[in-house]
Amino acid sequence: MATIRPRVKAPRKASPGEVVEIKTLINHSMESGQRKDKNGDPIPRQIINKFVAAFNGREFFTVDLAPAISANPYLSFYAKVEESGEFTFTWHDDDGSVYEDSKSIEVA
Amino acid sequence: LTAVPGLAWADEAAVAEAIKGMVGDMPPESGVTLDLPEIAENGNTVPLSFEVDAPMSGDVYVKDVMVLADGNPSPDVAVFHFTPMSGKAAASTRLRLAGTQNVVAVAQLSDGTAMMGKKQVKVTIGGCGG
Repeated sequence: MATIRPRVKAPRKASPGEVVEIKTLINHSMESGQRKDKNGDPIPRQIINKFVAAFNGREFFTVDLAPAISANPYLSFYAKVEESGEFTFTWHDDDGSVYEDSKSIEVA
Repeated sequence: LTAVPGLAWADEAAVAEAIKGMVGDMPPESGVTLDLPEIAENGNTVPLSFEVDAPMSGDVYVKDVMVLADGNPSPDVAVFHFTPMSGKAAASTRLRLAGTQNVVAVAQLSDGTAMMGKKQVKVTIGGCGG
């Protein structure tokens, strides 16, 4: 599999109490476990099974993903920001790998 | 579309069971707006957005939204967990649909209230992989 690199789009500035939209994408095959290889043997499942979004260390949005989520999983969601800080995003792979990204936001 | 032998496929009953497991009784079909194409040419990547018509501040907020599909190998699609800091009980993703079927989203609020939305998507090329 190619290097797995998450991408996040989030605003850099917001006013206190504003609800901002965050868009995330990660390249991952999301192998469903339903497919067979050319010898007819099942290809084992390997997906991103969990996504966690936190702000200043507090988790505020998480998703449990099933194999029915498309390859290169896309997630967009919202956050209500009251103060400046840092968003951290983590993707958890079936194989135990964890992929991370972060974005700062200035709230004034 | 060929089913993998030996695998039970999801159906309406499996979806109903998952809903009852989450919220108890079957919730009324209202309060959750599902945005999905009526016809998806490619079942491998079908855009989905949902929004729950409920406040996200104070004591009562949307805690969990479970998305299910009744014609895939398994009914599970995703479970979204929200907090008041989410600001809005809405999200978007893309899902695989093995064929024409219903997509259901069930929301549970922090006070135990449950709501539901449902939409049928006609799929011309199924997302079965290959």
